[in-house]
Amino acid sequence: MSAQRPSRGARASAPLHALIAAVFRPSGRADRVVPPTGFTARLTVFTAAAMAFLGVFALALSLATGRLAERWGAELARTSTVRISAPAGQMAAQTEAVVRVLQSTPGVRSARVLEDDELSALLEPWFGPELPVADLPVPSLVEVIEQGEGFDAEGLRQRLAAEAPGSVLDDHTRWRRPLIDAADRLRLLGLLSLALIAASTAAMITLAAQAALAANARLISTLRLVGARDTFIARAFVRRFTLRAIGGATIGTLAGGLAVLALPSADAAGGFLTGLGFQGWHWLWPLLIPPLAGLVAFLATRTAALRTLRGFK
Amino acid sequence: MIELENAAYSYGGAELLSDMSLQLGAGSFHFLTGPSGAGKTTFLKLCYAELVPSAGTVRLLGQDVRQMDRDDVARLRRRVGVVHQDCQFLDHLSLRENIALPLEVSGHDMNADSINLDELLGWVGLAERARALPPELSGGERQRAALARAVIMSPDVIIADEPTGNIDWEMSLRLLTLLVELNKMGKTIVIATHDLNLIRATKAEVSARVLRIANRRLQLAGSDL
Repeated sequence: MSAQRPSRGARASAPLHALIAAVFRPSGRADRVVPPTGFTARLTVFTAAAMAFLGVFALALSLATGRLAERWGAELARTSTVRISAPAGQMAAQTEAVVRVLQSTPGVRSARVLEDDELSALLEPWFGPELPVADLPVPSLVEVIEQGEGFDAEGLRQRLAAEAPGSVLDDHTRWRRPLIDAADRLRLLGLLSLALIAASTAAMITLAAQAALAANARLISTLRLVGARDTFIARAFVRRFTLRAIGGATIGTLAGGLAVLALPSADAAGGFLTGLGFQGWHWLWPLLIPPLAGLVAFLATRTAALRTLRGFK
Repeated sequence: MIELENAAYSYGGAELLSDMSLQLGAGSFHFLTGPSGAGKTTFLKLCYAELVPSAGTVRLLGQDVRQMDRDDVARLRRRVGVVHQDCQFLDHLSLRENIALPLEVSGHDMNADSINLDELLGWVGLAERARALPPELSGGERQRAALARAVIMSPDVIIADEPTGNIDWEMSLRLLTLLVELNKMGKTIVIATHDLNLIRATKAEVSARVLRIANRRLQLAGSDL
């Protein structure tokens, strides 16, 4: 049996940046020798465009959930609520005691008892409008705004228990944690989607490159016969697939950006889903998609080409 | 130039060539004969490093083929011109571009180099056909073009595998004349053929050695040729 020859081209090649720079340098020789690769060209452009389009949305999701997690975290972290459930005769006294304790607590900027109409607004989703709050045994609520490093929640709970036994401090931890966790998970899913999109792009381009190489087996055999190095043969394929991937990804990114722009405004609707998009300098992130697609295509095609070429003598 | 020492080649567990020892010196002219399937093409492939021997040693231009990596093989093939029976042209390139292919892949600047492609086309009698595509060429024209491509890098060795297999006698003699000319220029020539008339015609022109492959082994042919 004949032995497999080592490939110096794959083993000790030029630095990556030099190889990538060569992709953008017109390569008349290699381009002239390798004929157009037909359907694989269109497949690469389409795949890169579709994946870039999806990539824009995955990126938008990731950035939007990141913003959401920060906003929820910041808003909920700065406010707390004290709920006072006491017999009607003690309600006013305990509420006053709570406010007094809060005003003397370090880290509390303000403490404000919610008015009846504010309580009505909070209960409206469940009981409808014009709820006679004053006639119902509804607990009194005190909104607490923090300042600086915030307050010592455990110490405050003990003081409130002593001064107003019917009061309960809710520092929103049990609300805040799941919300932030959910937003973080969504952000992670967005990043995972981006990684999967990159991997799928690499797989599709690898298949397309292998198909192009297989269709040119005779050409490769002839080039090897007349003294072509693997890197010369690979260069023509790598250059074509990389430039096509960049072209396709540019189209896909533009289309994805336009689609994100066309989503309803967050200000108009105010919901989470309508907040999906880019804000401010985050619009620069999608610009990274075409070069990243080019890098993925470059690495996938070069790896596939050099591996396939080792099958030729 | 080409040196085999107890070289053997096996494929799929079967030994196709056994115990071959030979030295082909610079400027020598060798014919390789033998029945179809004897292993002539396999032997030639060992001589331009398309195959690696499964036993023994093959040294090409001083290099042991076992020690050569793929880039070394590419460099070697710029010094060993090969003419295949089917010529192996790229059909989307013109005849001129096909002949210049070894220059293209080795990065030569055709304007700066002293290689005169038109002169070469004229030498093989194809100056008028320079722009033709390979499928438009006759068998004889293809073989002469393949020879032009094999010599464009001014190789030390020219290996031809049944170069006259698909062409008539007149065209065979014309091709042979070119190979003899190259040999007189100091090139080592190795031709695999089963055309004894061609061998006799050549021996009238130059001192050619005839090798025969039989029973997987290499022998010197008898004087009846």
